[in-house]
Amino acid sequence: MANNNDLNKNSKVNVREMIANNKEKNSLSNITEKLVPTLLFLITAVSILTTIGIIYTLLSEAIEFFRRVPIWEFFTSVELDPFGPDPEFGILPLINGTIISSLIAMAVAGPIGLMTAVYLSEYASEKVRRTLKPLLEVLAGIPTIVYGFFAFTFVTPILQLIIPGLSLTNILSPGLVIGVMIIPMIASLSEDAMTSVPNSMREGALALGSTKLEVALKVVIPAAFSGIISSFVLAISRAIGETMIVAIASGSSKDFTFDITESMQTMTAYIVEISSGDISTGTTMYYSLYAVAITLFVFTLIMNLLARYISRKFREEY
Amino acid sequence: MSPEKGINIDPQTKASSSSNNKKVVYHTKDFNLWYGDNHALKDINLSFNEKEVTAIIGPSGCGKSTYIKSLNRMVELVPSVRTSGVISYSDKNILDKTFKVEDLRTRVGMVFQKPNPFPKSVFENVAYGPKIHGIRNKKVLNEIVERSLRGAYLWDEVKDRLNENAYGLSGGQQQRLCIARCMAIEPEVILMDEPTSALDPKSTLHIEELVQELKKEYSIIIVTHNMQQAARISDKTAFFLNGEVVEFDKTDTVFTNPADSRTEDYISGRFG
Repeated sequence: MANNNDLNKNSKVNVREMIANNKEKNSLSNITEKLVPTLLFLITAVSILTTIGIIYTLLSEAIEFFRRVPIWEFFTSVELDPFGPDPEFGILPLINGTIISSLIAMAVAGPIGLMTAVYLSEYASEKVRRTLKPLLEVLAGIPTIVYGFFAFTFVTPILQLIIPGLSLTNILSPGLVIGVMIIPMIASLSEDAMTSVPNSMREGALALGSTKLEVALKVVIPAAFSGIISSFVLAISRAIGETMIVAIASGSSKDFTFDITESMQTMTAYIVEISSGDISTGTTMYYSLYAVAITLFVFTLIMNLLARYISRKFREEY
Repeated sequence: MSPEKGINIDPQTKASSSSNNKKVVYHTKDFNLWYGDNHALKDINLSFNEKEVTAIIGPSGCGKSTYIKSLNRMVELVPSVRTSGVISYSDKNILDKTFKVEDLRTRVGMVFQKPNPFPKSVFENVAYGPKIHGIRNKKVLNEIVERSLRGAYLWDEVKDRLNENAYGLSGGQQQRLCIARCMAIEPEVILMDEPTSALDPKSTLHIEELVQELKKEYSIIIVTHNMQQAARISDKTAFFLNGEVVEFDKTDTVFTNPADSRTEDYISGRFG
Protein backbone atom coordinates (compact mmCIF):
# COMPACT_ATOMS: atom_id res chain seq x y z
CA MET A 1 0.00 0.00 0.00
CA ALA A 2 2.86 2.37 0.79
CA ASN A 3 4.13 1.90 -2.70
CA ASN A 4 0.83 2.99 -4.16
CA ASN A 5 0.83 6.22 -2.21
CA ASP A 6 4.33 7.03 -3.34
CA LEU A 7 3.32 6.48 -6.89
CA ASN A 8 0.45 8.95 -6.56
CA LYS A 9 2.62 11.62 -5.02
CA ASN A 10 5.48 11.36 -7.45
CA SER A 11 3.44 10.92 -10.61
CA LYS A 12 3.04 13.94 -12.84
CA VAL A 13 -0.18 12.53 -14.27
CA ASN A 14 -3.14 14.53 -13.06
CA VAL A 15 -6.23 12.91 -14.41
CA ARG A 16 -8.70 15.55 -13.27
CA GLU A 17 -6.73 18.29 -14.97
CA MET A 18 -6.40 16.28 -18.15
CA ILE A 19 -10.13 15.63 -18.35
CA ALA A 20 -10.90 19.31 -17.72
CA ASN A 21 -8.47 20.34 -20.45
CA ASN A 22 -9.95 17.90 -22.91
CA LYS A 23 -13.43 19.15 -22.15
CA GLU A 24 -12.48 22.66 -23.16
CA LYS A 25 -10.81 21.50 -26.33
CA ASN A 26 -13.76 19.40 -27.35
CA SER A 27 -16.19 22.18 -28.03
CA LEU A 28 -16.45 20.75 -31.54
CA SER A 29 -17.87 17.51 -30.23
CA ASN A 30 -20.49 19.53 -28.38
CA ILE A 31 -21.71 20.91 -31.65
CA THR A 32 -21.79 17.45 -33.21
CA GLU A 33 -23.74 16.23 -30.21
CA LYS A 34 -26.36 18.90 -30.87
CA LEU A 35 -26.43 18.43 -34.63
CA VAL A 36 -26.76 14.69 -34.68
CA PRO A 37 -30.39 14.50 -33.50
CA THR A 38 -31.42 17.08 -36.12
CA LEU A 39 -29.54 15.20 -38.80
CA LEU A 40 -31.12 11.91 -37.77
CA PHE A 41 -34.54 13.53 -37.77
CA LEU A 42 -34.01 14.81 -41.30
CA ILE A 43 -32.97 11.39 -42.48
CA THR A 44 -36.04 9.86 -40.88
CA ALA A 45 -38.14 12.54 -42.55
CA VAL A 46 -36.90 11.40 -45.97
CA SER A 47 -38.76 8.12 -45.78
CA ILE A 48 -41.85 9.73 -44.34
CA LEU A 49 -41.84 12.45 -46.99
CA THR A 50 -41.42 9.84 -49.70
CA THR A 51 -44.49 8.03 -48.43
CA ILE A 52 -46.45 11.26 -48.34
CA GLY A 53 -45.22 12.05 -51.85
CA ILE A 54 -46.36 8.67 -53.13
CA ILE A 55 -49.77 9.02 -51.57
CA TYR A 56 -50.07 12.55 -52.96
CA THR A 57 -49.23 11.45 -56.50
CA LEU A 58 -51.54 8.48 -56.31
CA LEU A 59 -54.39 10.57 -54.96
CA SER A 60 -54.10 13.49 -57.34
CA GLU A 61 -53.92 11.27 -60.41
CA ALA A 62 -56.67 9.02 -59.09
CA ILE A 63 -58.91 12.04 -58.59
CA GLU A 64 -58.40 12.91 -62.26
CA PHE A 65 -59.46 9.35 -63.11
CA PHE A 66 -62.60 9.63 -61.04
CA ARG A 67 -63.53 12.82 -62.95
CA ARG A 68 -63.77 10.67 -66.03
CA VAL A 69 -65.11 7.43 -64.58
CA PRO A 70 -67.62 7.74 -61.73
CA ILE A 71 -66.24 6.26 -58.53
CA TRP A 72 -69.28 4.03 -57.93
CA GLU A 73 -68.96 2.59 -61.40
CA PHE A 74 -65.27 1.87 -60.82
CA PHE A 75 -65.98 -0.02 -57.62
CA THR A 76 -69.18 -1.81 -58.63
CA SER A 77 -68.81 -2.66 -62.28
CA VAL A 78 -67.62 -6.12 -63.24
CA GLU A 79 -66.76 -4.94 -66.73
CA LEU A 80 -63.11 -4.20 -67.34
CA ASP A 81 -62.08 -3.47 -70.91
CA PRO A 82 -59.51 -0.69 -71.10
CA PHE A 83 -58.46 -1.44 -74.68
CA GLY A 84 -61.86 -1.68 -76.30
CA PRO A 85 -63.40 0.97 -78.53
CA ASP A 86 -65.77 1.76 -75.68
CA PRO A 87 -63.47 1.31 -72.63
CA GLU A 88 -64.93 0.02 -69.39
CA PHE A 89 -63.22 0.48 -66.04
CA GLY A 90 -64.64 -1.75 -63.34
CA ILE A 91 -62.08 -2.86 -60.78
CA LEU A 92 -64.03 -5.82 -59.40
CA PRO A 93 -62.39 -8.42 -61.72
CA LEU A 94 -58.99 -7.26 -60.47
CA ILE A 95 -60.02 -7.25 -56.81
CA ASN A 96 -61.52 -10.68 -57.36
CA GLY A 97 -58.29 -11.96 -58.94
CA THR A 98 -56.20 -10.50 -56.14
CA ILE A 99 -58.34 -11.98 -53.39
CA ILE A 100 -58.54 -15.39 -55.05
CA SER A 101 -54.81 -15.66 -55.67
CA SER A 102 -54.09 -14.54 -52.09
CA LEU A 103 -56.61 -17.00 -50.69
CA ILE A 104 -55.09 -19.88 -52.65
CA ALA A 105 -51.65 -18.80 -51.45
CA MET A 106 -52.73 -18.62 -47.83
CA ALA A 107 -54.51 -21.96 -48.07
CA VAL A 108 -51.10 -23.41 -48.93
CA ALA A 109 -48.81 -21.29 -46.79
CA GLY A 110 -50.95 -20.93 -43.65
CA PRO A 111 -51.16 -24.59 -42.62
CA ILE A 112 -47.76 -25.60 -44.00
CA GLY A 113 -45.98 -22.60 -42.52
CA LEU A 114 -47.62 -23.02 -39.14
CA MET A 115 -46.96 -26.75 -38.99
CA THR A 116 -43.36 -26.16 -39.99
CA ALA A 117 -43.05 -23.62 -37.19
CA VAL A 118 -44.55 -26.04 -34.66
CA TYR A 119 -42.17 -28.76 -35.78
CA LEU A 120 -39.12 -26.52 -35.64
CA SER A 121 -39.90 -24.93 -32.29
CA GLU A 122 -41.45 -27.86 -30.40
CA TYR A 123 -40.15 -31.09 -31.88
CA ALA A 124 -36.96 -30.59 -33.84
CA SER A 125 -33.66 -31.01 -32.03
CA GLU A 126 -31.41 -28.00 -31.84
CA LYS A 127 -29.20 -29.46 -34.56
CA VAL A 128 -32.05 -30.11 -36.97
CA ARG A 129 -33.43 -26.65 -36.37
CA ARG A 130 -30.12 -24.98 -37.00
CA THR A 131 -29.85 -26.78 -40.34
CA LEU A 132 -33.43 -26.44 -41.53
CA LYS A 133 -34.12 -22.83 -40.71
CA PRO A 134 -31.44 -21.26 -42.91
CA LEU A 135 -32.44 -23.64 -45.72
CA LEU A 136 -36.00 -22.43 -45.39
CA GLU A 137 -34.86 -18.86 -45.53
CA VAL A 138 -33.07 -19.55 -48.81
CA LEU A 139 -36.52 -20.19 -50.24
CA ALA A 140 -37.40 -16.61 -49.34
CA GLY A 141 -34.42 -15.29 -51.27
CA ILE A 142 -35.40 -16.69 -54.66
CA PRO A 143 -36.35 -13.85 -57.05
CA THR A 144 -40.06 -13.80 -57.82
CA ILE A 145 -39.46 -13.89 -61.55
CA VAL A 146 -38.00 -17.36 -61.04
CA TYR A 147 -41.11 -18.39 -59.14
CA GLY A 148 -43.19 -17.01 -62.00
CA PHE A 149 -41.32 -19.09 -64.51
CA PHE A 150 -41.56 -22.09 -62.25
CA ALA A 151 -45.33 -21.66 -62.02
CA PHE A 152 -45.76 -21.27 -65.77
CA THR A 153 -43.40 -23.93 -67.08
CA PHE A 154 -43.49 -26.50 -64.30
CA VAL A 155 -46.50 -26.26 -62.02
CA THR A 156 -49.12 -25.52 -64.66
CA PRO A 157 -48.22 -28.54 -66.90
CA ILE A 158 -48.36 -30.83 -63.85
CA LEU A 159 -51.69 -29.37 -62.78
CA GLN A 160 -52.97 -29.88 -66.33
CA LEU A 161 -52.37 -33.60 -65.92
CA ILE A 162 -54.55 -33.59 -62.81
CA ILE A 163 -57.17 -31.09 -63.95
CA PRO A 164 -57.72 -31.66 -67.68
CA GLY A 165 -59.73 -28.48 -68.27
CA LEU A 166 -57.03 -26.20 -66.87
CA SER A 167 -56.12 -23.33 -69.16
CA LEU A 168 -52.50 -22.59 -69.89
CA THR A 169 -52.76 -19.38 -67.96
CA ASN A 170 -54.79 -19.77 -64.77
CA ILE A 171 -54.93 -18.36 -61.28
CA LEU A 172 -54.52 -21.69 -59.49
CA SER A 173 -50.90 -22.30 -60.41
CA PRO A 174 -49.54 -18.85 -59.49
CA GLY A 175 -51.68 -18.93 -56.32
CA LEU A 176 -50.04 -22.17 -55.25
CA VAL A 177 -46.57 -20.88 -56.10
CA ILE A 178 -47.11 -17.63 -54.20
CA GLY A 179 -48.11 -19.87 -51.31
CA VAL A 180 -44.79 -21.72 -51.55
CA MET A 181 -43.00 -18.41 -51.72
CA ILE A 182 -44.51 -17.11 -48.48
CA ILE A 183 -44.16 -20.36 -46.49
CA PRO A 184 -40.72 -19.34 -45.16
CA MET A 185 -42.08 -16.00 -44.03
CA ILE A 186 -44.84 -17.60 -41.97
CA ALA A 187 -42.69 -20.48 -40.77
CA SER A 188 -39.75 -18.39 -39.75
CA LEU A 189 -41.63 -15.56 -38.04
CA SER A 190 -44.07 -17.92 -36.32
CA GLU A 191 -41.19 -20.05 -35.17
CA ASP A 192 -39.51 -17.00 -33.68
CA ALA A 193 -42.72 -16.16 -31.84
CA MET A 194 -43.09 -19.71 -30.52
CA THR A 195 -39.47 -20.10 -29.50
CA SER A 196 -39.72 -16.94 -27.45
CA VAL A 197 -42.52 -18.43 -25.34
CA PRO A 198 -40.78 -19.12 -22.01
CA ASN A 199 -39.98 -22.74 -21.28
CA SER A 200 -41.51 -22.42 -17.84
CA MET A 201 -44.93 -22.40 -19.53
CA ARG A 202 -44.21 -25.62 -21.37
CA GLU A 203 -43.03 -27.17 -18.11
CA GLY A 204 -46.18 -26.00 -16.37
CA ALA A 205 -48.32 -27.69 -18.98
CA LEU A 206 -46.23 -30.87 -19.15
CA ALA A 207 -46.38 -31.18 -15.37
CA LEU A 208 -50.16 -31.33 -15.61
CA GLY A 209 -49.90 -34.39 -17.80
CA SER A 210 -50.19 -32.66 -21.18
CA THR A 211 -48.77 -34.37 -24.20
CA LYS A 212 -46.31 -32.50 -26.39
CA LEU A 213 -49.01 -31.83 -28.94
CA GLU A 214 -51.34 -30.40 -26.30
CA VAL A 215 -48.56 -28.14 -25.09
CA ALA A 216 -47.97 -26.91 -28.64
CA LEU A 217 -51.63 -26.39 -29.50
CA LYS A 218 -53.05 -25.14 -26.22
CA VAL A 219 -50.17 -23.28 -24.63
CA VAL A 220 -47.46 -22.33 -27.11
CA ILE A 221 -49.61 -21.30 -30.09
CA PRO A 222 -52.02 -19.22 -27.97
CA ALA A 223 -49.11 -17.54 -26.19
CA ALA A 224 -47.40 -16.80 -29.50
CA PHE A 225 -50.65 -15.85 -31.19
CA SER A 226 -49.96 -12.21 -31.83
CA GLY A 227 -46.61 -13.04 -33.42
CA ILE A 228 -48.22 -15.72 -35.55
CA ILE A 229 -50.93 -13.31 -36.72
CA SER A 230 -48.34 -10.72 -37.68
CA SER A 231 -46.51 -13.32 -39.72
CA PHE A 232 -49.77 -14.18 -41.49
CA VAL A 233 -50.48 -10.55 -42.22
CA LEU A 234 -47.04 -9.89 -43.59
CA ALA A 235 -47.47 -12.96 -45.76
CA ILE A 236 -50.92 -11.88 -46.98
CA SER A 237 -49.62 -8.41 -47.78
CA ARG A 238 -46.81 -10.02 -49.69
CA ALA A 239 -49.29 -12.23 -51.56
CA ILE A 240 -51.53 -9.28 -52.40
CA GLY A 241 -48.59 -7.27 -53.64
CA GLU A 242 -47.01 -10.13 -55.56
CA THR A 243 -46.71 -9.17 -59.21
CA MET A 244 -44.33 -11.19 -61.32
CA ILE A 245 -45.72 -14.65 -60.60
CA VAL A 246 -49.30 -13.74 -61.50
CA ALA A 247 -48.26 -11.55 -64.43
CA ILE A 248 -46.42 -14.49 -65.98
CA ALA A 249 -48.57 -17.45 -65.05
CA SER A 250 -52.09 -16.10 -64.84
CA GLY A 251 -52.40 -14.22 -68.12
CA SER A 252 -54.46 -11.10 -68.51
CA SER A 253 -58.07 -12.11 -68.70
CA LYS A 254 -60.25 -9.37 -67.32
CA ASP A 255 -63.36 -11.52 -66.94
CA PHE A 256 -65.12 -11.57 -63.66
CA THR A 257 -65.13 -15.23 -62.67
CA PHE A 258 -64.70 -17.47 -59.66
CA ASP A 259 -63.35 -20.37 -61.68
CA ILE A 260 -59.78 -20.86 -60.45
CA THR A 261 -58.86 -22.93 -63.48
CA GLU A 262 -59.29 -19.83 -65.64
CA SER A 263 -57.00 -16.90 -66.22
CA MET A 264 -57.54 -13.94 -63.94
CA GLN A 265 -55.76 -10.67 -63.52
CA THR A 266 -54.75 -9.19 -60.20
CA MET A 267 -54.41 -5.50 -59.49
CA THR A 268 -50.64 -5.71 -59.63
CA ALA A 269 -50.63 -7.63 -62.90
CA TYR A 270 -53.00 -5.05 -64.41
CA ILE A 271 -50.57 -2.29 -63.48
CA VAL A 272 -47.73 -4.23 -65.11
CA GLU A 273 -49.73 -4.82 -68.27
CA ILE A 274 -50.91 -1.26 -68.70
CA SER A 275 -47.72 0.47 -67.73
CA SER A 276 -45.53 -1.75 -69.90
CA GLY A 277 -47.68 -1.10 -72.99
CA ASP A 278 -47.58 2.07 -75.02
CA ILE A 279 -49.91 4.34 -73.22
CA SER A 280 -49.89 8.06 -73.51
CA THR A 281 -50.13 10.20 -70.43
CA GLY A 282 -53.46 11.87 -69.97
CA THR A 283 -55.59 9.01 -71.25
CA THR A 284 -58.18 7.44 -69.01
CA MET A 285 -56.23 4.21 -69.20
CA TYR A 286 -53.20 6.00 -67.85
CA TYR A 287 -55.12 7.45 -64.95
CA SER A 288 -56.70 4.09 -64.20
CA LEU A 289 -53.26 2.89 -63.10
CA TYR A 290 -53.40 5.29 -60.21
CA ALA A 291 -56.92 4.39 -59.25
CA VAL A 292 -55.93 0.71 -59.13
CA ALA A 293 -52.74 1.51 -57.26
CA ILE A 294 -54.53 3.48 -54.57
CA THR A 295 -57.05 0.68 -54.18
CA LEU A 296 -54.17 -1.75 -53.72
CA PHE A 297 -52.65 0.59 -51.17
CA VAL A 298 -55.90 0.85 -49.20
CA PHE A 299 -56.20 -2.92 -49.39
CA THR A 300 -52.89 -3.58 -47.66
CA LEU A 301 -53.55 -0.77 -45.20
CA ILE A 302 -56.84 -2.38 -44.17
CA MET A 303 -55.06 -5.73 -43.84
CA ASN A 304 -52.54 -4.21 -41.47
CA LEU A 305 -55.14 -2.45 -39.35
CA LEU A 306 -57.23 -5.59 -39.19
CA ALA A 307 -54.23 -7.61 -38.10
CA ARG A 308 -53.35 -5.13 -35.43
CA TYR A 309 -56.90 -5.32 -34.11
CA ILE A 310 -56.95 -9.14 -34.17
CA SER A 311 -53.60 -9.54 -32.52
CA ARG A 312 -54.49 -7.06 -29.80
CA LYS A 313 -57.81 -8.74 -29.16
CA PHE A 314 -56.43 -12.25 -28.84
CA ARG A 315 -53.09 -11.43 -27.36
CA GLU A 316 -52.01 -13.44 -24.34
CA GLU A 317 -49.66 -11.21 -22.49
CA TYR A 318 -46.87 -12.63 -20.43
CA MET B 1 -34.93 -52.29 -14.08
CA SER B 2 -37.96 -54.63 -14.07
CA PRO B 3 -40.91 -53.58 -11.95
CA GLU B 4 -39.78 -55.07 -8.69
CA LYS B 5 -41.86 -56.99 -6.21
CA GLY B 6 -39.98 -57.23 -2.96
CA ILE B 7 -38.12 -54.03 -2.31
CA ASN B 8 -35.27 -54.31 0.12
CA ILE B 9 -35.57 -51.75 2.78
CA ASP B 10 -32.14 -50.40 3.49
CA PRO B 11 -31.17 -48.07 6.31
CA GLN B 12 -31.93 -44.92 4.39
CA THR B 13 -35.53 -45.80 3.85
CA LYS B 14 -36.09 -47.01 7.39
CA ALA B 15 -37.51 -43.72 8.50
CA SER B 16 -40.51 -43.98 6.24
CA SER B 17 -41.40 -47.58 6.87
CA SER B 18 -41.19 -47.29 10.62
CA SER B 19 -43.66 -44.45 11.03
CA ASN B 20 -47.29 -45.45 11.62
CA ASN B 21 -48.78 -47.56 8.92
CA LYS B 22 -48.89 -45.02 6.17
CA LYS B 23 -48.80 -46.19 2.60
CA VAL B 24 -45.59 -45.62 0.72
CA VAL B 25 -46.24 -43.68 -2.48
CA TYR B 26 -42.75 -43.30 -3.87
CA HIS B 27 -39.84 -45.69 -3.67
CA THR B 28 -36.44 -44.77 -5.01
CA LYS B 29 -33.88 -47.53 -5.18
CA ASP B 30 -30.24 -47.19 -6.24
CA PHE B 31 -31.12 -44.27 -8.43
CA ASN B 32 -28.29 -42.64 -10.37
CA LEU B 33 -28.46 -39.75 -12.79
CA TRP B 34 -25.91 -38.26 -15.15
CA TYR B 35 -25.96 -34.99 -17.07
CA GLY B 36 -23.59 -36.00 -19.84
CA ASP B 37 -20.49 -37.03 -17.86
CA ASN B 38 -21.53 -35.26 -14.71
CA HIS B 39 -22.69 -37.81 -12.15
CA ALA B 40 -25.34 -35.63 -10.50
CA LEU B 41 -27.19 -38.15 -8.33
CA LYS B 42 -25.51 -41.13 -6.72
CA ASP B 43 -27.26 -44.22 -5.41
CA ILE B 44 -30.29 -42.49 -4.05
CA ASN B 45 -32.51 -44.58 -1.82
CA LEU B 46 -35.56 -42.82 -0.45
CA SER B 47 -39.23 -43.44 0.02
CA PHE B 48 -42.11 -41.15 0.73
CA ASN B 49 -45.34 -41.79 2.58
CA GLU B 50 -48.78 -40.65 1.62
CA LYS B 51 -50.23 -37.57 3.32
CA GLU B 52 -46.94 -36.43 4.69
CA VAL B 53 -44.71 -33.49 3.94
CA THR B 54 -41.15 -34.43 3.10
CA ALA B 55 -38.60 -31.66 2.81
CA ILE B 56 -35.46 -32.00 0.74
CA ILE B 57 -32.71 -29.66 1.87
CA GLY B 58 -29.12 -29.12 0.86
CA PRO B 59 -26.76 -26.54 -0.59
CA SER B 60 -27.04 -25.29 -4.17
CA GLY B 61 -25.95 -27.84 -6.74
CA CYS B 62 -26.46 -30.82 -4.42
CA GLY B 63 -28.96 -32.39 -6.80
CA LYS B 64 -32.15 -31.79 -4.84
CA SER B 65 -33.94 -30.09 -7.73
CA THR B 66 -32.69 -32.73 -10.13
CA TYR B 67 -34.05 -35.39 -7.83
CA ILE B 68 -37.51 -33.89 -7.44
CA LYS B 69 -37.70 -33.42 -11.20
CA SER B 70 -36.82 -37.08 -11.63
CA LEU B 71 -39.90 -37.99 -9.63
CA ASN B 72 -42.17 -36.83 -12.47
CA ARG B 73 -39.52 -37.29 -15.15
CA MET B 74 -39.43 -33.58 -15.96
CA VAL B 75 -35.68 -33.96 -15.76
CA GLU B 76 -35.81 -35.63 -19.15
CA LEU B 77 -36.36 -32.24 -20.76
CA VAL B 78 -32.59 -31.89 -20.49
CA PRO B 79 -31.39 -33.79 -23.56
CA SER B 80 -28.18 -35.30 -22.12
CA VAL B 81 -29.78 -37.00 -19.10
CA ARG B 82 -29.17 -40.70 -18.37
CA THR B 83 -30.49 -42.63 -15.40
CA SER B 84 -30.16 -46.00 -13.75
CA GLY B 85 -31.94 -47.66 -10.85
CA VAL B 86 -35.59 -47.67 -9.96
CA ILE B 87 -38.11 -45.06 -8.98
CA SER B 88 -41.40 -46.75 -8.33
CA TYR B 89 -44.67 -44.96 -7.94
CA SER B 90 -47.61 -47.05 -6.75
CA ASP B 91 -45.36 -50.08 -7.27
CA LYS B 92 -44.68 -49.31 -10.93
CA ASN B 93 -41.24 -48.34 -12.17
CA ILE B 94 -41.71 -44.92 -13.70
CA LEU B 95 -38.29 -45.05 -15.36
CA ASP B 96 -39.48 -47.94 -17.47
CA LYS B 97 -39.54 -46.86 -21.11
CA THR B 98 -43.02 -48.25 -21.55
CA PHE B 99 -44.36 -46.21 -18.66
CA LYS B 100 -46.67 -43.44 -19.88
CA VAL B 101 -45.22 -40.28 -18.50
CA GLU B 102 -48.44 -38.27 -19.04
CA ASP B 103 -50.28 -40.62 -16.69
CA LEU B 104 -47.62 -40.14 -14.06
CA ARG B 105 -47.77 -36.37 -14.33
CA THR B 106 -51.55 -36.46 -14.09
CA ARG B 107 -51.25 -38.19 -10.73
CA VAL B 108 -48.20 -36.26 -9.55
CA GLY B 109 -48.55 -32.50 -9.75
CA MET B 110 -45.71 -30.02 -9.64
CA VAL B 111 -45.26 -26.47 -8.44
CA PHE B 112 -42.20 -24.65 -9.74
CA GLN B 113 -39.67 -22.28 -8.31
CA LYS B 114 -40.94 -19.29 -10.26
CA PRO B 115 -44.70 -18.98 -10.62
CA ASN B 116 -45.47 -20.02 -14.20
CA PRO B 117 -49.13 -19.41 -14.91
CA PHE B 118 -50.22 -19.56 -18.53
CA PRO B 119 -50.85 -16.19 -20.16
CA LYS B 120 -54.55 -16.93 -20.02
CA SER B 121 -57.33 -15.86 -17.69
CA VAL B 122 -57.35 -17.00 -14.06
CA PHE B 123 -60.24 -19.31 -14.90
CA GLU B 124 -58.56 -20.82 -17.95
CA ASN B 125 -55.40 -21.45 -15.95
CA VAL B 126 -57.21 -23.62 -13.44
CA ALA B 127 -59.47 -25.20 -16.06
CA TYR B 128 -56.55 -26.11 -18.32
CA GLY B 129 -55.73 -29.43 -16.60
CA PRO B 130 -59.30 -30.73 -16.39
CA LYS B 131 -59.86 -29.66 -19.99
CA ILE B 132 -56.91 -31.52 -21.47
CA HIS B 133 -58.04 -34.57 -19.55
CA GLY B 134 -61.41 -34.43 -21.27
CA ILE B 135 -63.63 -32.56 -18.81
CA ARG B 136 -65.65 -30.18 -20.96
CA ASN B 137 -68.90 -29.62 -19.10
CA LYS B 138 -69.01 -25.92 -18.25
CA LYS B 139 -70.87 -26.43 -14.97
CA VAL B 140 -68.42 -29.06 -13.80
CA LEU B 141 -65.49 -26.84 -14.79
CA ASN B 142 -66.95 -23.92 -12.86
CA GLU B 143 -67.21 -26.09 -9.81
CA ILE B 144 -63.66 -27.45 -10.17
CA VAL B 145 -62.23 -23.96 -10.62
CA GLU B 146 -63.99 -22.59 -7.58
CA ARG B 147 -63.07 -25.56 -5.42
CA SER B 148 -59.42 -25.47 -6.48
CA LEU B 149 -59.12 -21.73 -5.94
CA ARG B 150 -60.76 -22.06 -2.53
CA GLY B 151 -58.39 -24.90 -1.75
CA ALA B 152 -55.44 -22.65 -2.57
CA TYR B 153 -56.96 -19.82 -0.46
CA LEU B 154 -57.13 -17.63 -3.51
CA TRP B 155 -60.85 -17.60 -4.26
CA ASP B 156 -61.76 -14.50 -2.25
CA GLU B 157 -58.99 -12.51 -3.88
CA VAL B 158 -59.76 -13.46 -7.48
CA LYS B 159 -63.45 -14.35 -7.61
CA ASP B 160 -64.26 -11.02 -9.28
CA ARG B 161 -61.45 -11.21 -11.79
CA LEU B 162 -61.65 -14.77 -13.04
CA ASN B 163 -61.57 -13.55 -16.62
CA GLU B 164 -58.55 -11.34 -16.25
CA ASN B 165 -55.07 -12.34 -17.34
CA ALA B 166 -53.25 -14.26 -14.62
CA TYR B 167 -50.19 -12.11 -15.16
CA GLY B 168 -52.04 -9.25 -13.49
CA LEU B 169 -51.87 -11.10 -10.15
CA SER B 170 -49.10 -10.56 -7.62
CA GLY B 171 -46.24 -13.06 -7.41
CA GLY B 172 -47.69 -14.76 -4.33
CA GLN B 173 -51.13 -14.94 -5.91
CA GLN B 174 -49.62 -16.37 -9.08
CA GLN B 175 -47.90 -19.10 -7.10
CA ARG B 176 -51.14 -19.98 -5.30
CA LEU B 177 -52.83 -19.98 -8.70
CA CYS B 178 -50.24 -22.51 -9.87
CA ILE B 179 -51.04 -24.62 -6.81
CA ALA B 180 -54.76 -24.33 -7.60
CA ARG B 181 -54.02 -25.32 -11.20
CA CYS B 182 -52.20 -28.35 -9.90
CA MET B 183 -55.04 -29.26 -7.49
CA ALA B 184 -57.64 -28.97 -10.23
CA ILE B 185 -56.77 -32.41 -11.57
CA GLU B 186 -56.66 -33.87 -8.06
CA PRO B 187 -53.24 -35.48 -8.10
CA GLU B 188 -52.10 -37.77 -5.32
CA VAL B 189 -48.70 -36.19 -4.82
CA ILE B 190 -47.60 -32.57 -5.18
CA LEU B 191 -43.95 -31.90 -5.87
CA MET B 192 -42.79 -28.42 -4.95
CA ASP B 193 -39.47 -27.14 -6.20
CA GLU B 194 -38.54 -24.22 -3.95
CA PRO B 195 -42.05 -22.81 -4.28
CA THR B 196 -41.42 -19.77 -2.10
CA SER B 197 -37.95 -18.73 -3.20
CA ALA B 198 -39.30 -16.01 -5.49
CA LEU B 199 -41.85 -14.73 -2.99
CA ASP B 200 -41.95 -12.14 -0.22
CA PRO B 201 -42.28 -13.29 3.44
CA LYS B 202 -46.02 -12.73 3.61
CA SER B 203 -46.72 -14.77 0.49
CA THR B 204 -44.30 -17.39 1.79
CA LEU B 205 -46.33 -17.65 4.98
CA HIS B 206 -49.49 -18.09 2.88
CA ILE B 207 -47.92 -20.95 0.96
CA GLU B 208 -46.56 -22.60 4.11
CA GLU B 209 -50.00 -22.53 5.74
CA LEU B 210 -51.43 -23.90 2.54
CA VAL B 211 -48.97 -26.80 2.59
CA GLN B 212 -50.17 -27.71 6.08
CA GLU B 213 -53.74 -27.80 4.77
CA LEU B 214 -52.85 -29.74 1.63
CA LYS B 215 -51.16 -32.41 3.68
CA LYS B 216 -54.57 -33.72 4.70
CA GLU B 217 -55.30 -34.72 1.13
CA TYR B 218 -51.99 -34.94 -0.66
CA SER B 219 -48.49 -36.25 -0.22
CA ILE B 220 -46.09 -33.38 -0.54
CA ILE B 221 -42.43 -33.40 -1.43
CA ILE B 222 -40.86 -29.99 -1.15
CA VAL B 223 -37.39 -28.82 -2.06
CA THR B 224 -36.32 -25.83 -0.06
CA HIS B 225 -33.30 -23.64 0.52
CA ASN B 226 -34.81 -22.38 3.68
CA MET B 227 -34.04 -24.64 6.63
CA GLN B 228 -36.48 -22.89 8.94
CA GLN B 229 -39.14 -23.59 6.36
CA ALA B 230 -38.22 -27.25 6.28
CA ALA B 231 -38.33 -27.35 10.09
CA ARG B 232 -41.69 -25.57 10.21
CA ILE B 233 -43.67 -27.50 7.65
CA SER B 234 -42.23 -30.96 7.09
CA ASP B 235 -42.69 -34.30 8.78
CA LYS B 236 -39.52 -35.78 7.33
CA THR B 237 -36.39 -34.24 5.99
CA ALA B 238 -33.81 -35.55 3.55
CA PHE B 239 -30.44 -33.85 3.45
CA PHE B 240 -28.67 -33.95 0.09
CA LEU B 241 -24.99 -33.22 -0.39
CA ASN B 242 -22.99 -33.57 -3.60
CA GLY B 243 -25.60 -35.78 -5.20
CA GLU B 244 -25.96 -38.14 -2.24
CA VAL B 245 -28.48 -38.52 0.52
CA VAL B 246 -26.56 -37.89 3.71
CA GLU B 247 -29.45 -38.22 6.06
CA PHE B 248 -33.15 -38.98 5.91
CA ASP B 249 -35.26 -39.05 9.04
CA LYS B 250 -38.03 -37.37 10.96
CA THR B 251 -37.61 -33.62 10.72
CA ASP B 252 -37.31 -33.27 14.51
CA THR B 253 -34.50 -35.79 14.58
CA VAL B 254 -32.65 -34.26 11.64
CA PHE B 255 -32.76 -30.80 13.16
CA THR B 256 -32.17 -31.60 16.81
CA ASN B 257 -30.14 -34.76 16.79
CA PRO B 258 -28.63 -35.45 13.38
CA ALA B 259 -26.78 -38.70 12.93
CA ASP B 260 -24.23 -37.34 10.49
CA SER B 261 -21.83 -34.54 11.38
CA ARG B 262 -22.17 -33.04 7.88
CA THR B 263 -25.90 -32.59 8.48
CA GLU B 264 -25.16 -30.81 11.72
CA ASP B 265 -22.62 -28.56 10.02
CA TYR B 266 -25.09 -27.62 7.33
CA ILE B 267 -28.00 -27.04 9.66
CA SER B 268 -25.96 -24.94 12.05
CA GLY B 269 -24.87 -22.82 9.11
CA ARG B 270 -21.22 -23.79 8.96
CA PHE B 271 -21.43 -24.19 5.20
CA GLY B 272 -23.94 -24.04 2.35
